[in-house]
Amino acid sequence: MTPFLEMHGISKTFPGVKALNRVDLTLRAGEVHVIAGENGAGKSTLMKIMTGVLRADPGGVIRIEGKDTVIKDPVHARALGISIIYQELAVVNNLTVAENVFLAREPIGPLGLLDKRRMADETRAVLSELEVAIDPSAKVGQLSIGQRQLVEIARAISYRSKLIIMDEPTASLSHHEASTLIRMVRKLASQGIGIVFISHKLDEIFEIADRVSVLRDGETVDSRPIAEMTRDILVRKMVDRDLSQLFGEHHSHATDEVLLSVRALGEKHHGQIGVKVSDVSFDLHRGEILGFFGLVGAGRTEVMEMIFGSRPHVGEVHIGGQKVKISNPSEAIAHGLGFVTEDRKELGLVLGMSVRENFSLTHLSDYCTLDVVSRPRETAACMEFVRSLGIKTPSTEQKVLNLSGGNQQKVVIAKWVARRPRILIVDEPTRGIDIGAKAEVHALLNKLAEEGISIIVVSSDLPEILAISDRVIVLKEGRISGQIDRADATQERVMLAATG
Amino acid sequence: MAISGEEVARSEMRRIGILRNLLQLRHIREVNVLVALLIMGAIISAFTPYFLTVDNLMGVSRAFSLTAIMSIGMVMVIITGGIDLSVGSAMGLAGLVTALCFDAGYSQSICVAAGICVGLMFGLANGLLITVIGLPPFIATLGTLSIGRGFMYMITHGVPVTPKTPDSFSMLGQGYIGPVPVPVVILLVLTVVFSLIMVRTRFGRHIYATGGNEHAARLSGVKTNRVKLAVYVLSSTISSLAGVIAFSRYLSAEPASGFGSELDVIAAAAIGGASLAGGIGSVTGAVIGAALVGEISNGIVLLNINTYAQQAITGGVILIAVSLDVLRNRLKGGNV
Repeated sequence: MTPFLEMHGISKTFPGVKALNRVDLTLRAGEVHVIAGENGAGKSTLMKIMTGVLRADPGGVIRIEGKDTVIKDPVHARALGISIIYQELAVVNNLTVAENVFLAREPIGPLGLLDKRRMADETRAVLSELEVAIDPSAKVGQLSIGQRQLVEIARAISYRSKLIIMDEPTASLSHHEASTLIRMVRKLASQGIGIVFISHKLDEIFEIADRVSVLRDGETVDSRPIAEMTRDILVRKMVDRDLSQLFGEHHSHATDEVLLSVRALGEKHHGQIGVKVSDVSFDLHRGEILGFFGLVGAGRTEVMEMIFGSRPHVGEVHIGGQKVKISNPSEAIAHGLGFVTEDRKELGLVLGMSVRENFSLTHLSDYCTLDVVSRPRETAACMEFVRSLGIKTPSTEQKVLNLSGGNQQKVVIAKWVARRPRILIVDEPTRGIDIGAKAEVHALLNKLAEEGISIIVVSSDLPEILAISDRVIVLKEGRISGQIDRADATQERVMLAATG
Repeated sequence: MAISGEEVARSEMRRIGILRNLLQLRHIREVNVLVALLIMGAIISAFTPYFLTVDNLMGVSRAFSLTAIMSIGMVMVIITGGIDLSVGSAMGLAGLVTALCFDAGYSQSICVAAGICVGLMFGLANGLLITVIGLPPFIATLGTLSIGRGFMYMITHGVPVTPKTPDSFSMLGQGYIGPVPVPVVILLVLTVVFSLIMVRTRFGRHIYATGGNEHAARLSGVKTNRVKLAVYVLSSTISSLAGVIAFSRYLSAEPASGFGSELDVIAAAAIGGASLAGGIGSVTGAVIGAALVGEISNGIVLLNINTYAQQAITGGVILIAVSLDVLRNRLKGGNV
């Protein structure tokens, strides 16, 4: 049988960079094809060529169902049966589910008015085919992230797509939502739809893939059926290093000295929508890495925002034995706290500013004399961090907008580490970044702990929490449901505390 | 180690060029407006010998200096992601209050200080409405614009105030230092001072960060509300200074003084490359933008073009300048 889409010798050159170098890829109907690779390996460029956003350099061939084809633009790609679901979802929050599914191709009734009934009926049909219970008339903004993703899948199906590309679809999903999605993907494949699935998560890759192709530095370095693939081979192909070299052994640097002590922390305004954090009490020791685990919606980020003063709260916070009152982030920073936020684009970075300007924003006064910034001192400090953290950027003057996700994350970490905080809160430090960068971030956190900085790591990645933490606190529905020491922390125990 | 790092950084900066850095000419937008200014000048002087004379250029500069001075405050507000519609009223009311103080026989310094205080009040009102109550800047400053203008008509009953003033006061608007009119000297000083503030100080950096991503800036420890309050106070205060200068120039405080000038001032900032979405723009750009508009109106007069066409031409310039910017960015494949 002819494959649905074949790419031969696809290259793409940007000024100064060869993003893709003679990539070959064959995508078959009914097959889940995982494309793995580090950030910057060329995955996004490849996706953009498949969907007509970018044109490949002359010389390569794209065949669709055996015919040589030039994919002109995204509309053309869709007409050819190729849909993509981006990581940043493309749904309009204040329209309904049905309106989103039919966006830009709304059916028109006899009087030239919208045929709302048909939209609702067809949407309902697609959703029930997917076996998901979402009301077609619900506003998308009221749905969870996972449900919004399902709406996008429903839209792709209603286009009668033959190939659906999913760019890290589980990155922002809870565990439960991710497994629903994975079931859905398998089901679509069984109906003959080809799936391209981009993922960094090893477990997930082995759970979902029929075939894995690995990109590295713009080249296809491997492509084989999942049955012939092992974790070790996959990681080695992706990063060109061994798994054991990547993640070192864990050494605890925790001391007996309590640095941060939180007592009876809770929501200030009762009746607020969302999670109700209440009665959260814990201690953090000097040099300790404390993991905070919980399902999505358990209130982990909310607790951190309260400690950092960006969310109203009741309860007491003591730092170094002193009771402190923190009502905004600048007070928190003055007390030696740092907060590497979860959403680096919305909360972590000023995207239009340079690496240097983002880096120094937390501690600009270090480079100031009477409020005047010394550019040489600032640049030198920034270059130092760019070097020591291995941030890949042409210069410190590059806008962070143009950096890859992993490198953006390193800039966020750098801007806080440079401030030399006593307590560093990191929320989902490795979400959406590749395995090589992840190992580097873990090594960095360990090094900081060794230097006596106390660290709180919030993550929904359970293996990450277990690998890095000296102690794990589990949150469930806004309350602490378990405190587990490293020696006793197993996947099962932590998961049980989070769900049980 | 640290020293060598600094040296590397220094040489890196030398490469970028200190002058370009100071003038913020590393941004392509400012260069564009500057080039447009020069080309327009060349075109006008190709048609008339009177354009490129010291007298004419000084006259032109004095004519656009007030708009340019106000655009310095405006561009800072715009860079934080806000807008200040009340600058015309702050300007007009400041001139009026100064005139009333002269009328009441107060000394020159008190009269000027009273005018500047009007600006402070406007700025505090705008800033507090925006940061404490949380009004959108457009609405808050639209309100104060109307209130200010209303006060002016209530106070004057529509009749200009023309008090007796000492000669030393009229120097401010009418005098010269060498061949250069005093308002132009004030403009140059303010341009240099505020450019330095924007490029070289922590406050300036915080202004850009607040407009670039307010949330991220706040979480990084930038006191974004304080930054916003400060730029509104600066904008109104600078406008009130422009109002005092305007009064000194004509020695008559008109009830309609400054009416509609907010649009010219915003136009200058936009032509100069400021993005109304915040985070992008520069003081130099805004001042050059004001100069470009001033140059065009001068050209229209010198070339005997119907003066009523001036507004239409200015509008065209705004659209062309900003469109070119957007298109150039799109060609580069960058975000606008």
